[in-house]
Amino acid sequence: MACNSSGCESGCYDREKDNGSKIVDDAVSGGGNHESVCVKCKCNAPMTFGDGGFDDGRFCADCFRNNVFGKFRLAVTSHAMITPSDNVLVAFSGGSSSRVSLQFVHELQIKALKNYEASRDRSLPVFGVGVAFVDETAAFPALSTEMIDAIEWVRYTVSCLSPPAKDLHVVPVESIFGSDSLDARDRLLKLLDSVPDDTGKEDLLLHLKMLSLQKVAAENGYNRLVLGSCTSRIASHVLTATVKGRGYSLSADIQHVDARWKVPIVLPLRDCVRLEITRLCLLDGLKTVELACRSQCGINDLVSSFVALLQEENPSRECTIVRTAAKLTPFYFNKIPETDDSNVPMATQRRLKRFNLKYDGSMTTEAFCPICNGPLNRSDSSELDTFEEGQESDVLYAACCSSCRFQILPQDGSSLEQFSSFLPDHMISQVKHQKVDSQAYLREKIKDCLLLDDEEVV
Amino acid sequence: MEAGEEKSKKAGGECFYEVFEEEIHQVIVGNRLFKFGERVAIGASGGKDSSVLAYVLSELNRRHSYGLDLFLLSIDEGITGYRDDSLETVKRNEVQYGLPLQIVSYKDLYGWTMDEIVKMIGLKNNCTFCGVFRRQVRSKFLHSIPSLSKFLQNRLFCFMILCLVEFLKALDRGAALLKVDKLVTGHNADDIAETVVLNILRGDIARLSRCTSITTGEDGPIPRCKPFKYTYEKEIVMYAYFKKLDYFSTECIYSPNAYRGFACEFINDLERLRPRAILDIIKSGEDFRIATTTKMPEQGTCERCGYISSQKWCKACVLLEGLNRGLPKMGIGRPRGNVNGDYKDIKARSTAKTIESKQCGSLDF
Repeated sequence: MACNSSGCESGCYDREKDNGSKIVDDAVSGGGNHESVCVKCKCNAPMTFGDGGFDDGRFCADCFRNNVFGKFRLAVTSHAMITPSDNVLVAFSGGSSSRVSLQFVHELQIKALKNYEASRDRSLPVFGVGVAFVDETAAFPALSTEMIDAIEWVRYTVSCLSPPAKDLHVVPVESIFGSDSLDARDRLLKLLDSVPDDTGKEDLLLHLKMLSLQKVAAENGYNRLVLGSCTSRIASHVLTATVKGRGYSLSADIQHVDARWKVPIVLPLRDCVRLEITRLCLLDGLKTVELACRSQCGINDLVSSFVALLQEENPSRECTIVRTAAKLTPFYFNKIPETDDSNVPMATQRRLKRFNLKYDGSMTTEAFCPICNGPLNRSDSSELDTFEEGQESDVLYAACCSSCRFQILPQDGSSLEQFSSFLPDHMISQVKHQKVDSQAYLREKIKDCLLLDDEEVV
Repeated sequence: MEAGEEKSKKAGGECFYEVFEEEIHQVIVGNRLFKFGERVAIGASGGKDSSVLAYVLSELNRRHSYGLDLFLLSIDEGITGYRDDSLETVKRNEVQYGLPLQIVSYKDLYGWTMDEIVKMIGLKNNCTFCGVFRRQVRSKFLHSIPSLSKFLQNRLFCFMILCLVEFLKALDRGAALLKVDKLVTGHNADDIAETVVLNILRGDIARLSRCTSITTGEDGPIPRCKPFKYTYEKEIVMYAYFKKLDYFSTECIYSPNAYRGFACEFINDLERLRPRAILDIIKSGEDFRIATTTKMPEQGTCERCGYISSQKWCKACVLLEGLNRGLPKMGIGRPRGNVNGDYKDIKARSTAKTIESKQCGSLDF
């Protein structure tokens, strides 16, 4: 069984032990499986998915579903992901994980609406929900037909999830390059073509998609962005980040909450493994659409295959990986920023205190890579100080993390200059902003020294 | 990697090994691994990593006047037919490199050889895999000084832990016996990267925070150094080839891939895709933000032999006690029941003589 929370340590081992003994019992009983009942409720017949999962045939439909939804709801309430006054944008790609997150957010909204209508004073409003789908046709022209079909299907799916009604935002990935569609598309293609490394190209596109989601969320008044990342996806990310030398910023990416962006990102399905999500889609008849698999040959695909192989060998491997990484120190932005909003439910406040999550609150002057928005290690960002009158592309090089320098930025000067001219304005402005911050920091340092000198004179 | 680029620009073997040696020198000086006058033991198994390490360290010691008193330290596990062959290689290295050689055997330290241990375990369990894991032990041990990662994926997990724990303890005890200041091992970049990945897979946060350290055990009796921390395994092989160094290697008579762990294959696939991934993994391991408040096993000393241990008794003593009492499974796998009770029971009976067990080797250090 997947771990319910990154906070429970000894409990995990106990549960794993129970699972182990349970498997042995099943093996011993053999034919006795026909007479078995649900492990949890003891009255219904357990389901069999036939997918080779280790816990197949243990739970009935209702208990399995309640278990998965329970993990979702616990994550939402424990980390204050969604509160009554929020306006939530669900990123929906058509895959099973985002489909389940969309469904669960919808169910939360329905319950909130019922509570609102049932209460006399109507003090707690119902949070709003919108859906965003990123259109990648510009990056993969060969997929244009499939993408059109997928968008139609997404529209239909979102319209079925009402009441309450939900706005659908179809976001072309090139929208961050400007409002002129043709020019934006051209810049996107040139930008991607200037990255020779396959893995770097994949990662750059991922960063651009995140920027486009952030843009549409900010422009339409959303204050939360829900991603459907599950345990399996995060386990792969842990290893890919490690392999790319991003050990420092890794812990920022895998927490339930990521508020370094303008619109905080929340991962309510973080504690559910892909197998559970796949089963839930089968169980509830949630349809998904998978775009044609692009022939992947980079590091990301190698790591995904590796994690899948490990998961077959040991069903709790993905949880172990995520739990290991969860012990790394989170950053100060890995929690919902505190506001004076007194609408936060009391239960949520109690849970936040109970978990007592430890954050690194001291490093509030964190610098970020302009391309991947990862926090920079002190040694990585020290180069930024040496540039004062440098060219824009040189400043960009100094501001990036070592991983993006290697796999995304071109290596020679003229290509780098051309590359920076293709970048979205948001990334460029971030570089300039960071440079100004760095210079301001230096000025304050010098000022302190001068004050000391004055004091000595006196 | 700047050095890599520099290397590719030069042609021929001579430039390669000059750059290679200079890199090792920079690692040693930059990390201040040694002080003048220290007595340094080189863990030598006869494999390529330790042979190259012994040669390079001897060369650099002479060239840059480190002032180190170097010698080779080998462990004889008592595996018939293979360890004696690899020790012959180390003896030849002793002559070729002009370094004194000390051989410490399991028999001397523990009173048991691996052959005897295997025989004991095999008899107790009627194990039909006896030949299988004996062969695995040979092929694993003979390639290089073992690192944790290479064994952890093996199905015979418990037995491998037994061999590994005893081997590493013997290495440290051997060094302690000979009054040395530092112990160097031939762990290379591939080994360390593999260890980082495996510790993530296994959920071992304590080891994850220290497995990338170039020097470990600085609080203990003898620090352990890895001068090859940033050196690729392929470079070591190339260097040994160019210098025509003598080292012992063997492949398993079964398919070589049959026994490779998942992580080892993964590292190799990564290296093909992106050679620098090895160093990137090490960089990640160094950069991980692990809070000091994270609960780590507390270091203490073994009640019985005084060695470092987080338990009352160290692993080697537990295993040794099990062997001496005719209970080879003791200390393997998770203890059942009350751990404290078990240890009290062991302590109570330790004074009693048991007829069926062998005489214990001397443990007085």
